[in-house]
Amino acid sequence: MQAIIVKNLTKTYDKGKIQAVDDVSFEVEKGELFGLIGPDGAGKTSIFRMLTTLLLPDKGEASVDGFDIVKDFKKIRNTVGYMPGKFSLYQDLTIEENLNFFATVFNTTVGENYSLIKDIYIQIEKFKKRRAGKLSGGMKQKLALCCALIHKPTTLFLDEPTTGVDPVSRKEFWDMLKRLKEQGITILVSTPYMDEANRCDRIALIQSGKILSIDTPAAIINSFSEKLYAIKANKMYQLLKALELFPKRRNSYAFGEFAHATFDQTIDKAELKRYLEMIGLSQIEIEVIEPTIEDVFIKLLNKHNHAE
Amino acid sequence: MRTLIFLLRKEFKQIFRDKAILAIIFVMPSVQLIVMPLAANYEVKKINLAVVDNDKSTYTQKLISQITSSGYFRLQSYNASYDQAYEAIKSDNADLILEIPQRFERNLVRENKEKIFIAVNAINGTKANLGGAYLSTIISNFNNDIRMKLTVGSRFSQAPTIEIVSSNWFNVHMNYRLFFVPGILALLVTLVGSFLTALNIVREKEVGTIEQINVTPIKKHYFILGKLIPFWVLANVIFTIGLLLGRLVYGIIPAGNIGLLYLFVGVYLLAALGFGLLISTFAETQQQAMLIMFFFMMVFILMGGLFTPIESMPQWAQIITKFNPVRYFIEVMRMVILKGSTLRDVASQFVAVIVFAVILNSWAILNYKKTN
Ligand SMILES: Nc1ncnc2c1ncn2[C@@H]1O[C@H](COP(=O)(O)OP(=O)(O)OP(=O)(O)O)[C@@H](O)[C@H]1O
Ligand SMILES: [Mg+2]
Repeated sequence: MQAIIVKNLTKTYDKGKIQAVDDVSFEVEKGELFGLIGPDGAGKTSIFRMLTTLLLPDKGEASVDGFDIVKDFKKIRNTVGYMPGKFSLYQDLTIEENLNFFATVFNTTVGENYSLIKDIYIQIEKFKKRRAGKLSGGMKQKLALCCALIHKPTTLFLDEPTTGVDPVSRKEFWDMLKRLKEQGITILVSTPYMDEANRCDRIALIQSGKILSIDTPAAIINSFSEKLYAIKANKMYQLLKALELFPKRRNSYAFGEFAHATFDQTIDKAELKRYLEMIGLSQIEIEVIEPTIEDVFIKLLNKHNHAE
Repeated sequence: MRTLIFLLRKEFKQIFRDKAILAIIFVMPSVQLIVMPLAANYEVKKINLAVVDNDKSTYTQKLISQITSSGYFRLQSYNASYDQAYEAIKSDNADLILEIPQRFERNLVRENKEKIFIAVNAINGTKANLGGAYLSTIISNFNNDIRMKLTVGSRFSQAPTIEIVSSNWFNVHMNYRLFFVPGILALLVTLVGSFLTALNIVREKEVGTIEQINVTPIKKHYFILGKLIPFWVLANVIFTIGLLLGRLVYGIIPAGNIGLLYLFVGVYLLAALGFGLLISTFAETQQQAMLIMFFFMMVFILMGGLFTPIESMPQWAQIITKFNPVRYFIEVMRMVILKGSTLRDVASQFVAVIVFAVILNSWAILNYKKTN
């Protein structure tokens, strides 16, 4: 059964001038960990806010647990948990008070659903008398997750939960999500970090309000049919310039300390190396590598831009 | 109901944790009530009076000696004609002219009615205006049947003649503080009621907590009540502190029924809170809310009759004051505290404030629904 069904959802701001979400459709299975992956301004938050009944769509429809986001908004508010991208708990209340507050608001108690949050809560429990405003980023995020979980939601909406959190806490956070998923909770999560996409069951790549592709991370990576080369040289800028001028080049871009490139046909590494040396680059390394989600994303974007 | 109690508990917890709010609630009223009336001392002594006595009867002698013995006036000159007295005003030697017409005594005795003129030097407005008011009080105390004409004039403009039909000066001891303290208290209560409510709600918007609340099953009206009730209570606390301070520091004991005062404050606060709620639906940030509030507070203060008596405002300004809820509150405060007015006397103010409460709250709720 589908926990979330989104059909042709559309949202514009400023009287139609800003197209934030453009005819988006996708479905999330019950108990699935589904990721919305896209850069800043892609429209992730707008989708979350519509699904959590905070924002009305312009067009299209969607349901969560079978409840329509417009007609049955009250029912949805009872069953979902939402953790906004921006920390939005009461900064002047303590950890304990925030948690109690949200439990009471949902007509339950912390004790009743303690098992669900236990793993997370014990990590911040020793600061329970500390005000939320004085917590570190990682602790705030754990508290926010506890508050979103305290009423045992069927579906959890997490909008960029790991933005601004250190790498260790990020990894811990995804481990926690995995455990929650094992308890049968459907999770829709958004992130701008492509490396986190692999932790999802399925992902939707989204850009400028449009979904470019939906599939499992593995399938998405597999869809990258070309051979991908990682190239390194002493001067990055010249390297990128040189690659652009290389006759058989299809696409090339900076990727960390490497340049990634694809070519129209299989090229000879030695031939490319000679070409780059001729231009005056040195310390050249060329390797064929496995593509990442980000490479797929860049490819899709390229295709998308050309199509327009 | 359980939710509401819980919301209230949370709200009070937060308020009492916020040092700035505590200061606003407890220190500000005390300081304002103690310092402001002292600083803004409107009590005017030694008002220079030029008298034009065209009657020269024993009756006018008695009136003039009554005026000078009040201690507020100094008989600057005793003139033969109005023009001569006007010269004294021109040379800034006099602040007020009192002109007594011919056959003043005879007409008063025969017709039981007579008019006298008071001309006010508008250059030193406050002094002369208050002097004019004092003078009319003394005269009406002297004889209730005397009708006065008050001319506000300056060296540059010939101002219209205003007829004072009755004196609104119930502060018989002419202690301006007695007049001022209830007014300041009214403003403070308004400030806390509307300002703090608006800021509090807008802060939830700004920080984003309102989003978190909105995805919970909390009903909107509980959320709003959870915001309004604490500030209703706090404003009443401030009001009580203010009354106590007025009593301890200035010896002001309300002449009227204290229960009536609290009843009025209770209703008035519904309007003030509604106003705060309305502002919060327009503002996205606390800064915006502050600016909007600041603008309105200026109007409320200047057009409320606290500093400038409403009767001495130009007609258009008097009309504006009708749309200022603070005006009614100040009026009722002065009437009940100084004059001992009863519910029947302040019925029209009650009605006005109820109308404000209904309009402001309905508007706020409509707006609130629209944006969510
Ligand atoms: N209230 C609003 N008014 C006007 N434009 C808005 C509003 N909210 C979002 N937008 C615009 O809509 C687009 C999508 O925004 P949205 O916040 O949904 O994206 P996002 O993927 O969550 O981005 P981010 O990673 O920055 O959070 C952006 O161009 C944004 O500027
Ligand atoms: Mg966002």
